Amino acid sequence: MRGMVLRRLATLVPLVLLVVTLTFVVVQAAPGSYADTIDNPRLSPETRELIRARYGLDRPPLEQYLSWLGAVLTGDLGVSFLYKEPVSRVLMRALPPTLLLAGTALLLDLVLGLALALAAARRPFGWADRIITLLSLGLYGIPSFWLAGIFILVFSLVLGWFPASHMHSVGADGLFDLLHHLALPALCLGLVGAAGTARYLRSTLLDVRASRWMLAARARGLPRWRLLLVHALRPALLPVVTLLGLSLPILVSGSVVIETVFSWPGMGLVAYNAARARDIPLILGATLVGAIAVILGNLAADLLYAVVDPRVRRAR
Amino acid sequence: MKAPRRLVVGSGGLTLLVLACLIGPVLLPDAGDGDPRHAALLPPGTRVTVLELADGRTLVSPKVSRDAETISVHGKRGTTVVPLDEVASERETRLWLGSDRFGRDVLPRLLRGGRISLAIAFLGVAVALFVGVGVGLAAATGGRVADALLMRLVDALLAFPLLILLMLVAALFRPGPALLVAILGLSSWMGLARIVRGQVLSLRSRTFIQAAQVAGTRPLRIWTLHYIPNLRGPLAQDTALRMGDLVLAEATLSFLGLGIPPNLPSWGSMIADGQRVMLDGWWLSVFPGLAIAALVISLALIGDGLQQIGEGSG
Repeated sequence: MRGMVLRRLATLVPLVLLVVTLTFVVVQAAPGSYADTIDNPRLSPETRELIRARYGLDRPPLEQYLSWLGAVLTGDLGVSFLYKEPVSRVLMRALPPTLLLAGTALLLDLVLGLALALAAARRPFGWADRIITLLSLGLYGIPSFWLAGIFILVFSLVLGWFPASHMHSVGADGLFDLLHHLALPALCLGLVGAAGTARYLRSTLLDVRASRWMLAARARGLPRWRLLLVHALRPALLPVVTLLGLSLPILVSGSVVIETVFSWPGMGLVAYNAARARDIPLILGATLVGAIAVILGNLAADLLYAVVDPRVRRAR
Repeated sequence: MKAPRRLVVGSGGLTLLVLACLIGPVLLPDAGDGDPRHAALLPPGTRVTVLELADGRTLVSPKVSRDAETISVHGKRGTTVVPLDEVASERETRLWLGSDRFGRDVLPRLLRGGRISLAIAFLGVAVALFVGVGVGLAAATGGRVADALLMRLVDALLAFPLLILLMLVAALFRPGPALLVAILGLSSWMGLARIVRGQVLSLRSRTFIQAAQVAGTRPLRIWTLHYIPNLRGPLAQDTALRMGDLVLAEATLSFLGLGIPPNLPSWGSMIADGQRVMLDGWWLSVFPGLAIAALVISLALIGDGLQQIGEGSG
């Protein structure tokens, strides 16, 4: 067990290095630099050249890369071109909102997905199952940003129940205000995820129903809820844990889109702005943090798998 | 054997969508691009008069009045009076899905946008299939080291938020359709590679293939006779799902303004356009979204149906 964790942690370093190197190559290969994205027609070509030199963009790419890497090893992520402050400070400000949004969405995803799948598997091909299957299929095909638009139109523009963007109202910073702003984006992200979870979990639940231990349990005359919640759900949850690890990248990508629609001040919005402004230190910093988060998340999912599946725990 | 209902419904939906996008713009009456002063943001189903003028302009409006020498075209933002002899042709038609804020007929635009979305998804999946099958075969037949290296690469790529990398590439390069197809395809081949490798490895140890080898069948014949027919089902199933993902990814990129160039209509960018005037024209973002959903759901149904067939025969 401990050996597995250490082995996985050891592969983290080369993997992250691969990702940031790839990102650096992509950024370097792209036309234009930060100096060209400053939208000011009165800026002369000479001044733009000066700006390039000021940000160290006139140095050879390899030198830029090595000096960035060297600084990262000492814990210094550089200064953002766009925000004019340390990258670490920008990211530390953007990380909590993203974790809050993604965490809430993940919770909704699991709870709703589980509830829907259980309701559907209670009586396969009954009316509840049919409705839930249709619903989750529909949600699966809907683009999350479209759902976000509909939610904004209905719940905030027409009905006026929820705010359409940002994390706080001006001058307010209470918990209720935060939750009020969180509701729509988290619901969009969570609903789309829940559709996938429900679809998947329903089919594994049906597979488990056909197993011999379910037949034995039924023969012992156990009540229906016990059959479903204890004997069927536990083995059916195993693949969901794997699915959780695999859906992490999707959740991260999804939150980028949702964050831009709702102007949620998280990592996604920062990364989007950084890419548009060719802000190299910020792009690299955001990629670094994102890569580490996803890899650690996958590791956590694998560990969780070992916790819920005794077979994996014993086989070292 | 009876085809599963999901497969029938899914392929029916896909065929309908493809046909509508391919021949719809040819068959349907197109009200064209009217003057935004009269034709902007008309709701779905509006009956309009289309006037084509001698100088090539088009006027579209639901309200037209006439007297002895002139036709007056009325609109929310002004009236245009045209002498009768300047009108080249006049016809009545319906804006089935309304018009956008520039006065353009939405339905033909939606169908033409669908051509682009479909083409990019089809070609992207073709790239993914090519790379995925190639890497899968290389891993399964290329020896232990190649297998370990390639599969480690696949694991690493699968663990990454590729849509973010896609967005980065798209934001930095402003790709045209060809580059978009390439990067979409290159970001979604990993699952296919895994399937091919797994299938080939498991088939290799099956008795019917070993029997064929012992009987001295040439390798090429074993491949065409045994491997390929057994690979086809799982590949087709995953390809259908992958294509749905690509449709969504392309729509997402276009929605963020990072996809195909904005002068071409695409479902994603139509949604983004529509969301800017949501209160005045809900139909602008609603219909492209429904089109995307219909396409992705059809593909998912096809995938499910193919899986049912695979389980039935396996």
